[in-house]
Amino acid sequence: MRYAMAVDTKKCVGCSDCVVACQTENKVPVGYCRDWIVEVTDGTYPQLEMEIRSERCNHCENAPCVRCCPTGASHFAEGGIVLVTPNQCIGCGACIASCPYDARFPHPDGHVDKCTFCIHRIKNGLKPACAAVCPTKCIYFGDLDDPNSEVSVILKKRKSKTLIPEAGTVPHLYFLI
Amino acid sequence: MTNRRDFIRITAYGAGAFAMSGGFLQAVKAFSSPEKSGALKVDLTRTPTYCEICFWKCAGWVYKSEDGKIWKIIGNDEDQHCNGRFCPRGTGGIGMYADEDRLKTPLIRTGERGKQVFREAGWDEALEYIASRMKTIKANHGAESLALFTHGSGSSYFTPLLKAFGSENIAEPSYAQCRGPRDDAFLWTFGEEVYSPEITDIRDTKCLVLIGSHIGENMHNGQVQEMSDAIDKGATIITVDPRFSTAAGKSKYWLPIKPSTDIALLLSWIHEIIYNEYYDKKYVERYCLGFEQLREHVKTFTPEWAYGITTLAPDLIRKTAREMADASPAVIVHPGRHVTWYGDDTQRTRAIAILNALLGSWGRRGGFYRPVRITLPSHPMPEFPVPGKTWTDLFPGQYGAATGVVSNAMIDASIPGNNPGYPIKGWIVNGTNLINTIPNQANTLNAIQNLDLLVAIDTMPAEITGWADVVLPECTYLERYDTLRTGPHRKPAIALRMPATEPLYDSKPGYWIARELSKKLGLENYFPYEKQEEILDWQLKQIGSSLDEMKKTGVKTFEREADDLYYAPDEEVAFATDSGKIELYSAAFEGLGFDPLPKYTPHEEPPDGFYRLIYGRAPMHTFGRTANNAYLTDLMDENTVWINPKIAKIWDLANDQYIWLQNQDGVTSEFPIKVRITERIRWDSVYMVHGFGHAQKQMKRCYGRGASDTQLITRALVDPLMGGTGMRGNFVTIVTEKAEKEVAS
Ligand code: SF4
Ligand code: SF4
Ligand code: SF4
Repeated sequence: MRYAMAVDTKKCVGCSDCVVACQTENKVPVGYCRDWIVEVTDGTYPQLEMEIRSERCNHCENAPCVRCCPTGASHFAEGGIVLVTPNQCIGCGACIASCPYDARFPHPDGHVDKCTFCIHRIKNGLKPACAAVCPTKCIYFGDLDDPNSEVSVILKKRKSKTLIPEAGTVPHLYFLI
Repeated sequence: MTNRRDFIRITAYGAGAFAMSGGFLQAVKAFSSPEKSGALKVDLTRTPTYCEICFWKCAGWVYKSEDGKIWKIIGNDEDQHCNGRFCPRGTGGIGMYADEDRLKTPLIRTGERGKQVFREAGWDEALEYIASRMKTIKANHGAESLALFTHGSGSSYFTPLLKAFGSENIAEPSYAQCRGPRDDAFLWTFGEEVYSPEITDIRDTKCLVLIGSHIGENMHNGQVQEMSDAIDKGATIITVDPRFSTAAGKSKYWLPIKPSTDIALLLSWIHEIIYNEYYDKKYVERYCLGFEQLREHVKTFTPEWAYGITTLAPDLIRKTAREMADASPAVIVHPGRHVTWYGDDTQRTRAIAILNALLGSWGRRGGFYRPVRITLPSHPMPEFPVPGKTWTDLFPGQYGAATGVVSNAMIDASIPGNNPGYPIKGWIVNGTNLINTIPNQANTLNAIQNLDLLVAIDTMPAEITGWADVVLPECTYLERYDTLRTGPHRKPAIALRMPATEPLYDSKPGYWIARELSKKLGLENYFPYEKQEEILDWQLKQIGSSLDEMKKTGVKTFEREADDLYYAPDEEVAFATDSGKIELYSAAFEGLGFDPLPKYTPHEEPPDGFYRLIYGRAPMHTFGRTANNAYLTDLMDENTVWINPKIAKIWDLANDQYIWLQNQDGVTSEFPIKVRITERIRWDSVYMVHGFGHAQKQMKRCYGRGASDTQLITRALVDPLMGGTGMRGNFVTIVTEKAEKEVAS
């Protein structure tokens, strides 16, 4: 089982609903976030193009944060989800420095925090909170090993990319382009 | 025309069920409820609501944690408005409830008006104070001299209160400051407005044309969702906007129009569609009136003519007209929502209505569907007294085509120097922050200084509360019942809002406030039920449901009586216009002294060194209402001014630099605003998101953050047809130093 997410940049409007829904679902304190929006505009008026992405932890197959964690707090859970165990985390910040996507942040409670792919929800057969709330339905989630999962189907149908592939992290967060 | 106006007033979608007269009963029982198998289980951890963060009113569930605190708000899967998905504002709705800056107790002014010196008062004393002033106004000037400005759910309670008191001067700024021109244009053309939620059939459209409509930045939830569905299905999107909006970024065609020239574009599209015979001939022949006059009228409005005005290449105009024709009738030239721009807004939206008629999209799949709604029976109530005068007597002869009450006319009538037919002496302001809603703040403040009574009812210490004589703290939507939501949609449906928790502080539900005030005025027979839930239960039982059932389901959707979401082929349709036809040529407008067909008139252009001020929405905020919401300020805590790189170079501006804006009348923004240099805006305009630059210190998170567009909109271009205040005729220049002011931190 390999969980993955694909965000459709052609549909995402950058509304940030995925950000608030994640904050409320996961009780992320106000002022912090596990996902965020990036808008890239190219060209000169009126020849313009714009890409909007909802970004978060890439749940990399080759995760530098897991490799560099001195206590084992950062680890792979089922389906390749990269997790932090709060009470094993000493807050040293090595993982924050190692993540090429800037996906991790120091939680005010003293541990490092980041996207969990809402593992508590997917265990119950629910979608991640961000995917469930997105008004444009542009977040697809599922198991890459299951050819019929939502995410496998859409990745087969559409062109996609990952971020900073040259870092060799093998991300599990795709962007449909 | 009085008859017509009255007719429209009744059909116009507006006040909640409670405000409707008993005569409005409909055979609701004819709708059958879909069969549901299995017993419903009550989920103790969640309670139903419908959202009040904007007018879309999405139905959802409020979940609580084990500690009893509100945890999250999630859309109701059964709801047509949201399909189980709230927008960011609705998802962050908890922030409205949890806001520590909320109004907490009634306040009575003790100092000079506007100086914000208040003392705390009990409810009884505050209401007694209001009632005695209301009685004095009635005795001295007549009940009509009391006006209500209202927005949102509270309208359902303060409207009957005002009517019972003897005044029909009840205005929603959402009319003359927002969607009024559009509603009137469609009413006068099709005999029907486009409602809210709009009846645009976006999910099945093949071509969506947006004229200044920034769906995706305005999070009108259902529309955003359906636009995404349309993208999936390969629909063509055409966006007309001087700004490269989010929607423009998703469009096949972006028409970077010169601001204020939209009517020229529309007329040339109409020209193309008529002279190339792209229009739906059968539809036009069967349903429309005045085609020949229209054809003659647009004869010279070629794309080349429009090019010189709009700066849009003729080829682009031709191609996009062709795209619309190819998609017809599954095409939507979107009527927009906030359309008070240049003072000829009714005529511009008339041109949009006409274009839709030519394309045969009204009443057709992928165009505009036929809405249905449930009209709930209202419990028997005494008749309202008939007021001697209405708002049309304030300035007789003005705004002949208006079908709503013009808020700015009531404000103008509060200033004695304007010589109104009779004076407005008291305002009750519910849920609308007039200071940041109505253009020309100096005029609004002048009006306020002439009042004998100003009551502000709100959840937050919005600017208007600072000017009030009495401030009443309403509790938030998460802490109260409200009228059942019955808005029109594809299927008839109702939704329940119930309290998820007890009101914080000494805040009270709108229903309670109106009822208690009615007692002080001797009008309690209009509010016979002590608790609103008694009314809701009674109403629900009349249609075969109950409060208990609704607490479990939140939403109840019925089936349509007939398969009539669209007109049947060759259906005979009687449109509710004077002629019974779609009026391309408006004899009614002609009779009122207005142009029977839309004309393009050039508008003033920015002087040298000035730029047109354009404003809009951000997806995470609703006007200024959400500006202090902790969850939403976390996403966006100030607005920026968008400036084209060419202009930034002239002024030597850098990104993130704070500047002030000064308008054509010498008004400078009270607070500085951050520069955002971007190719996404034309060089002749600057853009900012509305709803920032709050001057009210009590709202700690948003005080002084960004600039207020309203403050800079001192000039309103008033629509002579219906009184709408066009707000895009203001020009600003850049001020980089303003020694005495500091950047609020
Ligand atoms: S909720 Fe969806 S549309 Fe909105 S920003 Fe997130 S991914 Fe994009
Ligand atoms: S998957 Fe869950 S934790 Fe990750 S960004 Fe989405 S909502 Fe947040
Ligand atoms: S669109 Fe958003 S703010 Fe408006 S009612 Fe729906 S959830 Fe609430």
